Amino acid sequence: MSLDLRIPMGLMFTLVGAILVAFGISTDGSQIYAKSLGINANLWWGFVLLLFGLMMLLLGRRSQKRLAKLPPAPVDPSETRRGH
Amino acid sequence: MLNLTGVDWLIMLLYFVFVLGIGFALKRHMKTSKDFFQAGRALPAWICGLAFISANLGAQEVIGMGASGAKYGLETAHFYGIGAIPAMIFVGIFMMPFYYGSKARSVPEFLRLRFDEKTRALNACSFAVMTVFSSGISMYAMARLIQALHVFDGLFNAMGWAPQGIFTFSIVLSAVIVLAYIFLGGLTSAIYNEVLQFFLIIAGFLPLVLLGLRNIGGWSGLKASVPAAYMHEWHGVAHASTNPMGIEIIGLGMGLGFVLGSGYWCTDFLVIQTAMASHNMAAARRVPLIAAVPKIFFPFLVILPGLLAIGLPTPHTTTVERNINGMIVRDTTVVPHNVEEGRGLVPAKINPVTGKAMLTASGEPLLDYDMATPNMLLHFFPTGILGLGLTALLASFMSGMAGNVTAFNTVFTYDLYQSYIHKGASDRHYLAVGRWATVGGILLSIGTAYAAIAFNNIMDTLQLVFSFVNAPLFATFLLGMFWKRATGHGAFAGLISGTAAAMLHHGLTLPIEARPGIHGGWLAVVHHYPSDMAQNFWGAIFAFSINLVITIVVSLLTKPKPESELVGLVHSLTPKPPKAHDVWWKSPEALAIAVLIMAVAMNIFFY
Repeated sequence: MSLDLRIPMGLMFTLVGAILVAFGISTDGSQIYAKSLGINANLWWGFVLLLFGLMMLLLGRRSQKRLAKLPPAPVDPSETRRGH
Repeated sequence: MLNLTGVDWLIMLLYFVFVLGIGFALKRHMKTSKDFFQAGRALPAWICGLAFISANLGAQEVIGMGASGAKYGLETAHFYGIGAIPAMIFVGIFMMPFYYGSKARSVPEFLRLRFDEKTRALNACSFAVMTVFSSGISMYAMARLIQALHVFDGLFNAMGWAPQGIFTFSIVLSAVIVLAYIFLGGLTSAIYNEVLQFFLIIAGFLPLVLLGLRNIGGWSGLKASVPAAYMHEWHGVAHASTNPMGIEIIGLGMGLGFVLGSGYWCTDFLVIQTAMASHNMAAARRVPLIAAVPKIFFPFLVILPGLLAIGLPTPHTTTVERNINGMIVRDTTVVPHNVEEGRGLVPAKINPVTGKAMLTASGEPLLDYDMATPNMLLHFFPTGILGLGLTALLASFMSGMAGNVTAFNTVFTYDLYQSYIHKGASDRHYLAVGRWATVGGILLSIGTAYAAIAFNNIMDTLQLVFSFVNAPLFATFLLGMFWKRATGHGAFAGLISGTAAAMLHHGLTLPIEARPGIHGGWLAVVHHYPSDMAQNFWGAIFAFSINLVITIVVSLLTKPKPESELVGLVHSLTPKPPKAHDVWWKSPEALAIAVLIMAVAMNIFFY
């Protein structure tokens, strides 16, 4: 498949992470964190997701670059199958 | 209770955009029916592996395991350890060479190649019906949960729409999104979104478990807050009366591990289709093994929230009196009745007529365990990450639906349409049929979801029927792949008698605290079981055994196919694949041993 899943997935987690980090920063110290035991869950977890997303993006891009360098794959003749 | 802000909606919207975007991006790769139904047989092992376990991580797992954790404790982990892991190892090492090597495009097609047309027809018809109903049940459960959590209430209020429409809105929303991305991208789209969902579940539930554990005082705090039996997987399994689930070790081992676990993981096209989408045989064999690794560790993510929910202190109506500058202020936090009557964060079920908590046979309030995990989310997550948690829940429902729909459209197009309605048409024709089968499948699912409202017990009834059909299946495949003498007549007779045996067993037995009806005993009550889990397991053992015996007997009385036709389909007639691995630790066998060691270690740790 020409679409490496790591790219859209990495992008999604990067965006979600960024949103959470931004929101976390803007609401730092607010009342809403009483629920999460005073921890700014948005900031910390957003950061983790951001890192994960970037890592996936990197892996995906690297793999795509590597595939782009290979010679085009030979067209394989349809395999014989028994019955249907 | 639930206050969703813009951030939460943004995250949810982002997820839907990506899900549809992936579908659109894949559309131009869907040129042949093989691309659409089998993902071109070109996907890497890690993607198929994660999709394999994710296909199973639908609403049932996420909510249901949380509920079981709250009700039974860590013994629920047995579902993973005993049921799934050995089955996954078995299917990867021993069965995948036949599934993948036969080049069958679906599980029923494999049965056609190995046995005969009528066995395929039986399996295809029952599977098609079951899978579409399962999809409908997922849809229904998701809409119900959205209602219960009041997710869309704020939105509907703001738009001025009637809240009665929330159920329909949820159903239509999930149907349209799943339909769109499957229609466009087929199995590949379903698989990609299943992998996305896998990571989302981790993203949504790992912080929940961490926060919950921190709140309750770590692992030792959790141990102190719940009954001791909840914290041990294996204590007291020697006898039914000494463990929370009421099962003894033979019932547990045989029923859960062997029959039910294998019946699902080794034969259900919903999961097998993800392995069959791999790009080669070695990858296909590795897929269930790769999936087994997160499967060993997932108990933490989905059972612990249930355990934590029960262990946390039960909220009560409290009044805090404060003296502010000489003025006495009393702050009363009122806790709803059903929450007060519950345990921890698990509310009691309320009788809608009397307004009081419903009681079990022993006079205790009947708890609504399904709310354990959702209530945990609402309790610990502030807005922002809450949107993420809810998105993870929705994602698991939707990918459950998607997996069922792709399994349906494949079985319908290849095993029903192409085999019986219109043979020999062009590939483009079948690709189009597949797309329309997707639409049909979704419509049928919607119908099921609405039927579930009208008929209260439909979900339970359907699950029951599925268990009747699934229980004997594994015996058929086992004999088919490892005994060359098994014949089509044998397989057919075995399947029918196995299902009949399951039904008979259910009709004649009853769990102790239940009344005859949907729980069993509708023919006569011949035997009592300590719990309905136990009844379930023993029924499965019974069905499996009957199927095995009948298949063997009838096979010996009928003529088998010539051996030349069975090459590649039966173990003894298939040449061993050459050992083409560069490093020994990449081979499926080495991976299987590693998985087994990990699984045993976990079980010892939680003894």
